[in-house]
Amino acid sequence: MIEVKGLVKTYGNKRAVDGVSFKVNPGDILGFLGPNGAGKSTTMKMITGFIRPDAGSATVAGIDVTRDPVAVKAKIGYLPESAPAYGEMTVLEFLRFIAEIRGFRAKSARDERVERAIARTHLEPVRRQTIETLSKGYKQRVGFAQALLHEPPCLVLDEPTDGLDPNQKNEVRSLIKTMAKDRAVILSTHILEEVDAICTRIILISQGKVVVDETPEAFRARKPGARLDEIFRSLTKGDA
Amino acid sequence: MSQITPVFKREFLGYFRSPVAYVFLIVFLVASVGLAFFIGGFFRNNQASLESFFVFHPWLYLLLVPAAAMRLWAEEKRGGTLELLFTLPLTTTQAVLAKFFAAWLFLVLGLLLTLPMAFTVGWLGDPDWGVIVSGYLGSALLAGACLAVCSLISALTKNQVIAFVLGVIALLVLLFLGWSVFNQLLSGFLSVGAVDFIANLGVIPHFEAIAKGIIDARSLAYFGSLIALALALNVAALDR
Repeated sequence: MIEVKGLVKTYGNKRAVDGVSFKVNPGDILGFLGPNGAGKSTTMKMITGFIRPDAGSATVAGIDVTRDPVAVKAKIGYLPESAPAYGEMTVLEFLRFIAEIRGFRAKSARDERVERAIARTHLEPVRRQTIETLSKGYKQRVGFAQALLHEPPCLVLDEPTDGLDPNQKNEVRSLIKTMAKDRAVILSTHILEEVDAICTRIILISQGKVVVDETPEAFRARKPGARLDEIFRSLTKGDA
Repeated sequence: MSQITPVFKREFLGYFRSPVAYVFLIVFLVASVGLAFFIGGFFRNNQASLESFFVFHPWLYLLLVPAAAMRLWAEEKRGGTLELLFTLPLTTTQAVLAKFFAAWLFLVLGLLLTLPMAFTVGWLGDPDWGVIVSGYLGSALLAGACLAVCSLISALTKNQVIAFVLGVIALLVLLFLGWSVFNQLLSGFLSVGAVDFIANLGVIPHFEAIAKGIIDARSLAYFGSLIALALALNVAALDR
């Protein structure tokens, strides 16, 4: 579903992403791990067509993102880091805007999509509130609602549980699980338990390179009995 | 084309989601009418025309257009919503056009709110309605050209204050090129042809021609190409 081949992105003289390759199939929940600055977000931004890779390619459902970015964007639901949204709009206005731009022009189709997204992400209590007045947890849910509104075949989630309390984290995780049934999901995180809880595969990147690509079980088996974060630390020593 | 509508709508209504729109429209009305009455001698001239009203518009737009345009892109960059917008299924050109036309409509709305001036002239005297319509057309085109330049500048920075200041400076250059006082100064050491050439690069001669009722293809082409050039650069600036 999502295929990444030799992606490279350089900022100044720093290689943020250095030849990253992997494949995500429908039903996969890919946990994208790595220290801050390892290149997780940059990779996601290239897959979603926000920034252009210097080399390599990212294809979604067989479409190259640099060839036909609009077609790829239509197939992806993307939750950028810290869930940006237009703060002066209410939740309802914002989601209606997203629905319209996602192609649901008829009022009935649009409202149906919006209502479903609101119900799924439990946004009913704040539907008429402006986004800038929402708590972090609600803002994150608005970002979620926006990403899954058009039921995309691919979901790209950049730190979806960042800044949420434990209850909200649990809720978001079960939401991702239910969403993932026949979809390809990539989520980045640095919370290792999260990977254990929902991911079907782990990719660990360090200094722009993929160092691990395996199942959570195999990852755990690297050092039997050790805690996940110990394994993480030993694999990412190079990152300061 | 259809992707333009949602962004256009969001952007135009966005002005009214904050007090900005109301402050802007009131200042626009007070300044445009005030200049005509107190400096232009609207009544003293004893003429049934809006000439003393339109003559100040280039100088009015010098401050007001950068104020209306500074947020167009700078705000999206600062708030991170640029990443959201550019991972939705639309092209950069569509986004630029949508925002430009929304802001233009907003400026034209301010302009149309001054129509009571025209009706007053019509009630008091017997004006040439063709010239008045042409005056409004010229002012709308002038606003559009200034806006396109300021939109481009807003795309170059994430700081709205910088976008405003640079916008004013860019417009000042465009105004000075064709300002009669400046052209007279130039004619002291340049040939008539050279001064004429420089003057025609500025906005004022083209605006004044249309405002006097001379709808010349060259002036229309001037505004059209200035807008197209600035918007093309605007797209290029965002398409890194």
